[in-house]
Amino acid sequence: MPTFVYASKCSGCGDCVDICPSDIIHFDRKSRKAYNIEPDACWECFNCIKVCARQAVDVRGYADFVPMGASISVTRDDRKNVIDWNIMYRNGTRKKFSFQIRTTEWGSIKPPSEYPQAKIGEDENLSLEPEKLYVDSLPRLKVRKIEE
Amino acid sequence: MKNKTVDCDILIIGGGMAGCGAAWEARYWSRNSKIVLVDKANIDRSGAVAMGLSAINTYMGMRWGENTPEDFVNYVKNDLMGIIRDDLVYDVARHVDSSVHLFDEWGLPIMKDKNGHYLREGKWQIMIHGESYKAIIAEAAKKSASEIYNRVMITHLIKDTNNKIAGAVGFDVRDGAFYLFKSKAVIVSAGGASQIYRPRSSREGAGRTWYPHWASGSAYGLLIEAGATMTMMEARFSVPRYKDGYGPVGAWQLLLKAKQTNALGQDSFELHKEEIRRSFNGKMGYADVVPTPTNLRVLSSLMELKAGRGPIYMHTENVLTKENEELGWEDFLDMTISQALVWAGQNVDPMKEPSEILPSEPYAMGSHATENGAWASGPADLSSSFKNEERGKSYFWGYNRMSTIDGLFVAGDACGASPHKFSSGSFTEGRIAAKSAVKYLIDHGSEHPQIESNMIEQVKDNLYEPMERYNKNKHEITAGKVSPDMMWYDQGLARLQKLMDEYVAGWGSWYTTNEVMLNKALKLIKMLKEDFVNYAAAEDYHQLLRVWELWHRILTAESIVVHMLYRKETRWPGYYIRSDFPAIDDSGWRVFVNSRYDSKTQSWETFTVPVIDLVVRK
Ligand SMILES: Cc1cc2nc3c(=O)[nH]c(=O)nc-3n(C[C@H](O)[C@H](O)[C@H](O)COP(=O)(O)OP(=O)(O)OC[C@H]3O[C@@H](n4cnc5c(N)ncnc54)[C@H](O)[C@@H]3O)c2cc1C
Ligand code: SF4
Ligand code: SF4
Repeated sequence: MPTFVYASKCSGCGDCVDICPSDIIHFDRKSRKAYNIEPDACWECFNCIKVCARQAVDVRGYADFVPMGASISVTRDDRKNVIDWNIMYRNGTRKKFSFQIRTTEWGSIKPPSEYPQAKIGEDENLSLEPEKLYVDSLPRLKVRKIEE
Repeated sequence: MKNKTVDCDILIIGGGMAGCGAAWEARYWSRNSKIVLVDKANIDRSGAVAMGLSAINTYMGMRWGENTPEDFVNYVKNDLMGIIRDDLVYDVARHVDSSVHLFDEWGLPIMKDKNGHYLREGKWQIMIHGESYKAIIAEAAKKSASEIYNRVMITHLIKDTNNKIAGAVGFDVRDGAFYLFKSKAVIVSAGGASQIYRPRSSREGAGRTWYPHWASGSAYGLLIEAGATMTMMEARFSVPRYKDGYGPVGAWQLLLKAKQTNALGQDSFELHKEEIRRSFNGKMGYADVVPTPTNLRVLSSLMELKAGRGPIYMHTENVLTKENEELGWEDFLDMTISQALVWAGQNVDPMKEPSEILPSEPYAMGSHATENGAWASGPADLSSSFKNEERGKSYFWGYNRMSTIDGLFVAGDACGASPHKFSSGSFTEGRIAAKSAVKYLIDHGSEHPQIESNMIEQVKDNLYEPMERYNKNKHEITAGKVSPDMMWYDQGLARLQKLMDEYVAGWGSWYTTNEVMLNKALKLIKMLKEDFVNYAAAEDYHQLLRVWELWHRILTAESIVVHMLYRKETRWPGYYIRSDFPAIDDSGWRVFVNSRYDSKTQSWETFTVPVIDLVVRK
């Protein structure tokens, strides 16, 4: 049913509820634990899985085309800036992959207001252009005269 | 219920790629104004890039002399079979490199080749480790906007008594609070539309579409209802993707050089080239341009499927090795994890066997290999010679990326006739629109929008009506969701998807339609709109979100039908065929189809605008 939550692992912290782009991870009123309220609106984007520190959320592939038994688990470390994938086939074959997710520290982006401001005039340069294009100037097109 | 009013200088609706670019640029040019970004989800992971991406599809590489914006315009024009706004496409292309250089600086890992240049996937694409792409871009937006409202769904735009934009209304999808945002400048960047057609996946899997479930057509719904002129809505498209999981094909085709064939190992396009040339070559020779336009490649696959020589295969087994395996898998894990799960679940070893490719259900969007969206003014230096008294027929009316409504700007999927922007170009177009919105504010800062307060009350009543209807009628039935007085969002959506699939060239009708079928669709959509007004019901705020998404999808769908009826030719045969006009007609129809909706009379005005070729064709 795309994502689901293991009852024994969920602490009810709400991180998954907060991140789901589809707004489909909600709390169950009675148990106060998270669950997927609308499995047929789940994109399997794995965002709820990536944020859950207790690894309580998992995916069971879509019922209409994924046979049972396979799994994909993931750990995303935003201090080391790597993501580790662990794939298990229905027949037991395993694959592991690790990828970098960012080259700088989280929070390190310099805000636009800390750059000196150019004067907003008639030219077409956007912020920090032409410097950030790494060419001398913004390309321009000679507009041909069109006979109508 | 809580009522909140937020006064802003610039309001950005949708914090996806374009919206985040807009926030950054608006702050750069205007240090003291109040820039407000509102999104129905959480911008850390919202929009089409929520999962991540494995490539940036639009990068010129001008610093290394790799491409010029002129080359890009020529390529894009061929791919769209001759109809694009050269001014808009050129404008994105000349700025896009600076956006990508910012991403690099911010920490997005971009792969490099042995010369230290960005690793090319294809001529225009570069490879990234993009799992956190959206989260990084969102960090830049958060450092730019004055306030960010996550989980607020915008339902309607608000105009003042002079027909200028005055803001927008919506509600908090968690606590239901009503929001009125007042703003002299508004940028719509609310993304494209999925789920307007019946998806190929069914039941539980219905959320697995190529464009995400949350691409609700809001940009189009909002703009159409406000009376903005729309363009090219007929050019809605379908994408060839790995069957079931919708895994991307770009890296497999371009970088790994995997071949696609029919079940007999033959190249579909080569088999049908002559036939395609006969009906679809036009004056520009589309069947012979390199690369072959996306839609013509899709057409040849469809012809093979129809002839019973399917499935179409991607021959991963001939290109994937232990050495490059990681690259292939990352492509899926970065942006379509489901495809990896399909392989694992079906025991597919891509080094040993091929995988099926299938064209998807159609989508409406403006940033990929198609161009649905609002008709917008272009940049002064390129477009100002092409003026017309009517904005809907003009290329320029003062402010770059302003829609035909004063103060209302568009970017990303929301901006029409400006295709092939992808993630980087959408961000860039957001920047273009925001700089221009700042200029608009400087020129019009002293004006005060006049909003009729009873109009706001009316919109508000209308907004919550589906919940009231539910509360009034819920005791009429014992349980469940079958009622003579209520229509839940999923019931309305099923009706929309079925009629679009069957009458408006969905996959179920082999992407084929004609005038009779389109008229039938219009009749059914009209009834669906009436039923929405009289029967839509929501039990809670989450369902209310879905109900308003449905409304935006219905308006998007209606505009598609109106446009397809108007264009009497078949221009993109891989996307749809008008069986009553089954060939391309360059002398009659190499023109834009534009439309305007009048929400009072619920009627459409449709007209054509000439395509002006600014860039000399090579
Ligand atoms: C599977 C897939 C693969 C792709 N691959 C690539 C690739 O390899 N390279 C590449 O460059 N591009 C790729 N793209 C395309 C790219 O993602 C889009 O071109 C780009 O995201 C469009 O930007 P946008 O800002 O217009 O829309 P989005 O990024 O989708 O943003 C729209 C935003 O609006 C919000 N919103 C919608 N409706 C409302 C409302 N009513 N009220 C408030 N907020 C609302 C949404 O929550 C979202 O945040 C891919 C897309 C998909 C889905
Ligand atoms: S993030 Fe994990 S622990 Fe927290 S509510 Fe969600 S499932 Fe439960
Ligand atoms: S996988 Fe994505 S869409 Fe599905 S529940 Fe999790 S966050 Fe939501």
